[in-house]
Amino acid sequence: MSLAGKIGLFFVVAWLLAAIFGPSIAPHPVGAVVSPDVFGAFSSAYPLGTDYLGRDMLSRILYGSRFTIGLALVAAICASVTGTTIALVAATAGGWVDELISRLMDALISIPSKMLALVMVAAFGSSVGLLILTAAVSYTPGAFRIARSLAVNVRTLEYVLAARARGERLPYVGVVEILPNMVNPMLADFGLRFVFVVLLLSGMSFLGLGVQPPDADLGSLVRENISGLFEGAPAVVVPAIAIATLTVSVNLLIDSFSGRTGRVAEN
Amino acid sequence: MSALVEVQGLSVVVRNADGGETAIVKDVSFSIPKGRVLALIGESGSGKTTIALSLLGYARRGCRIAGGSIRIGETQVLDLDDEGLYALRGAKVSYIAQSAAAAFNPMKTIMDQVVEGAVIHGTATRAAAEAKAVELFAALALPDPKGIGARYPHQVSGGQLQRLMAAMALITDPELVVLDEPTTALDVTTQIEVLRAFKKVVRERGATAVYVSHDLAVVAQMADQILVLSDGEMREIGATDDILVRPRHAYTQSLLAAAAPQPRGEGAAKDAAALLEIRGLVAGYGRVGADGMPATRVLDDIDLTIARGRTLGVIGESGSGKTTLARVVAGLVPAARGSVLFEGQPLPTNLTERTREQFRRIQIVFQNADTVLNPAHSIARILARPLAFYHGVRGEEAAKRIARLLDLVKLPATLATRKPAELSGGQKQRVNLARALAAEPDLILCDEVTSALDTVVGAAVLDLLAELRRELGVSLMFISHDISTVRAVCDDVAVLYSGCKVDSGRRKDIAAPPFHPYADLLISSVPELRSGWLDGLPARLAVEAPAPGAGKPPPGLCTFLDRCPVRIAGLCDQVAPPRRILEGGKEILCHHTGAELEAVQVTKASGPGSRRRDETERI
Repeated sequence: MSLAGKIGLFFVVAWLLAAIFGPSIAPHPVGAVVSPDVFGAFSSAYPLGTDYLGRDMLSRILYGSRFTIGLALVAAICASVTGTTIALVAATAGGWVDELISRLMDALISIPSKMLALVMVAAFGSSVGLLILTAAVSYTPGAFRIARSLAVNVRTLEYVLAARARGERLPYVGVVEILPNMVNPMLADFGLRFVFVVLLLSGMSFLGLGVQPPDADLGSLVRENISGLFEGAPAVVVPAIAIATLTVSVNLLIDSFSGRTGRVAEN
Repeated sequence: MSALVEVQGLSVVVRNADGGETAIVKDVSFSIPKGRVLALIGESGSGKTTIALSLLGYARRGCRIAGGSIRIGETQVLDLDDEGLYALRGAKVSYIAQSAAAAFNPMKTIMDQVVEGAVIHGTATRAAAEAKAVELFAALALPDPKGIGARYPHQVSGGQLQRLMAAMALITDPELVVLDEPTTALDVTTQIEVLRAFKKVVRERGATAVYVSHDLAVVAQMADQILVLSDGEMREIGATDDILVRPRHAYTQSLLAAAAPQPRGEGAAKDAAALLEIRGLVAGYGRVGADGMPATRVLDDIDLTIARGRTLGVIGESGSGKTTLARVVAGLVPAARGSVLFEGQPLPTNLTERTREQFRRIQIVFQNADTVLNPAHSIARILARPLAFYHGVRGEEAAKRIARLLDLVKLPATLATRKPAELSGGQKQRVNLARALAAEPDLILCDEVTSALDTVVGAAVLDLLAELRRELGVSLMFISHDISTVRAVCDDVAVLYSGCKVDSGRRKDIAAPPFHPYADLLISSVPELRSGWLDGLPARLAVEAPAPGAGKPPPGLCTFLDRCPVRIAGLCDQVAPPRRILEGGKEILCHHTGAELEAVQVTKASGPGSRRRDETERI
């Protein structure tokens, strides 16, 4: 694995651990006001400073990362699995089924994801379930497009023709013959979707339409501490850096994967 | 200085995944006198292309020229730095690749690309280079030498493009030309026009050349000397006639034996009951119009019969519709008109309407062994599926049957746990066959099963097919572009041209005239394993293939009209040809009678024969 890939892997693992064990290793409860200093600087008692109410930033970030990563993971899995499944149906059935599904997905993809999210929140109010649903719906068409183009390529290969000439039913052709040969690129695509969802949810939270107080994800941490920007407070910089490291490291990791599969294919 | 090119102790290594190195070319030495052609011959993986590329001082990614010396003229190629190599390539040594279609940039005109080398290396001004290019076009027998340069690559035929690449390589007057399988991707009727042009140019310009090929018969026409390679080692080097007539090395002998396949035993008696009958079949691709006809018609009015236990060879060039024919029978392409009868019962042309039993009894074996096995599945899983699917056999019984199947196609049982990527091409093709056999079919459709394989491996697969037919009594539809393979394994033969069956008969009928004019062209275009064959060819074979987009003859007329050397003006371009049934059951789709065709073909076919006599007299 390349150096960039190793760096990516390190940060991804670190963030996953933070999301899983964050609450149990956080030095303070998430909502506790522990310091009289608001927008406190880095210190030994509060390694990442304090926020606009004097809460410990390290604890806030550990709790927040669980929201950001958890929500994004669930939404990205939903989007990828749904997209891939619909794509397999479209590609194996072909004909008017493919045409109908593809045009529907085209219609969905033409709706900007942020606009859709804003409308959904405006209509139904913000909740964790709604956020996941919105993100999943927004990113399903993208996953579908990638998966369908992969499946259509695989479909024309001779081993798929051989299966069809053998008289196999379409579900068998889709699941046993086509799916195993598109898993690797779909995993890379899943990583990308995850990053998109993190950015969408962080953006929503930054606008105050995402995760609602007293809970906070990384995006809402940036928003609630935005007034600290003028004082150069760590409280606003640290969650922003957290979002950046998370998304960039996932990207680095994916890039190193696709590079490796590329070389294997060449051999 | 005796030789123009001198290679001493050349070795090339490839880096392994674990950091070690494996030699792929081992201690190869040869020399080429000025104006001579040396052929490098061997199977895939023998290192012939690697040696050819090292003459340009080039090693493919992951490879390294590890030792030896290459001298071209006064240049030590392996001592050159990047700048020296830049000056060498395209100027002193030029390269003609296998696929001209992939070597040309579709966005630039042909002339731009042909003169590029000369202009970059500053050997000529643009105007001088263009004048020279036109001269080369004429020498290469290209039509319209003055105008062809203004066209784009997609506007000329494959054979023409290959010759244009030769012009590109020769524009700088290189000291050495490297031709890497330049005719392998071409149809046999196109190959001969390209070979002729190459031969003429090489002779006229006194070019020194290295000709890389796997095809001994082609090499026999082009080369003065042959170097036989296998596994990166030199097996034999000698004058062309010596190698062809008196091969010393066992490997050369096996190559020669495989190049001229012997007829395998005949199948069941010719009056056996019909297993598959195709009547008036029309099929194609694209949207189906109001009249029920697809937009692109690929097959037109095809009648064929395969008797139980016999083998039907279907032969034709690329685009003749032979693969589509197999796919219609397999149910992958629907028929627009006509019927397919299996044991007298009409076979639904649609996949969804066929019963599992119908699927089982007709198995199709696809051409490309590399893509026909699912790379994600193990060999055992690939073979277990038809067993479970058709026969409901699972578990231990299935494992036993898989072992028996592998044994039947002469593969070790240990292969069962491997993935297709770990197998060689010949092994994959055997697994491919075994999968079809697992269904215990009555009819196997073999679509170019040996085309992607090396000659020796292909011959072994043909032997296997003949043996299976004898032991299991299955019928075969054997689709191929290669007439010598068809001759070797088939009882009956049908020749397709542009979707029409133009000629059909028994195996012996394709050994002697009369033929349909296209069948005649096809049969006479197959290079023979002796030098001088190309020079003795009758002139009637020098008909150019039409360029793409030239358009087919109007529907209803003979599809071979614009290439036919014996067409009758006023008749062939007005009236559809009748289907003539000659004595012995041979069918020909032509206005000429059997006797007329025979007269033309016999007199001209004696050309090479009489030439051979001349040669013996001279000796």
